[in-house]
Amino acid sequence: MQTTHPDTIRARIESALPGARVEVSTFQGADHFQALVEAPQFAGKSLLEQHRLVYAAVDDLIGGAVHALALKTRVPVGDAG
Amino acid sequence: MIEPSTPSTLEAWTEQIKRDVSEHPVFIFAKGEKNAAMCGFSHRVMEVFNRMGVDFHVRNIFADPNIRPALCAYTDWPTTPQVFVGGKFIGGCDIVTEMYQNGELKTLLEQTQPGGGA
Repeated sequence: MQTTHPDTIRARIESALPGARVEVSTFQGADHFQALVEAPQFAGKSLLEQHRLVYAAVDDLIGGAVHALALKTRVPVGDAG
Repeated sequence: MIEPSTPSTLEAWTEQIKRDVSEHPVFIFAKGEKNAAMCGFSHRVMEVFNRMGVDFHVRNIFADPNIRPALCAYTDWPTTPQVFVGGKFIGGCDIVTEMYQNGELKTLLEQTQPGGGA
């Protein structure tokens, strides 16, 4: 079975969204991930658009090593969108 | 010959998905049947609408192997469940939960179903 480390997902998101604060952890086993992402790129974007930006960074992993990726996205405080 | 009620190809499912979401104010593509979810996230989105007293329709993505790929291509969204309100894709479990908690979902439903969604 394929596995992915939370750090792999965190690195992918950080590289797609430079300057983002990213926390990734697992729950319900090694293939369920949850991520908290605060990124300046989210400013002015809807939740749907914010989640799309994060999914795009890990698209090829979803359905494989990543069964689920629960997301919380936020604009950093001080970067009001 | 493909009957409208039993699509099989990706193209036929894409057309069925468009009909599903345009014919029902709240439509959920889920893992499992209505109120019998086979996945925690699908269960959670159904619970949100149940708690709000808002009726919804569900299509089980496991009913045919072409539903999920047709749906994900249509919405450009990689995960399920996927929730549509007023024919518009609003997101998955995380977004629906957050919109429920911050009141945006109630507002959207009131705009979609005048007089309903109480």
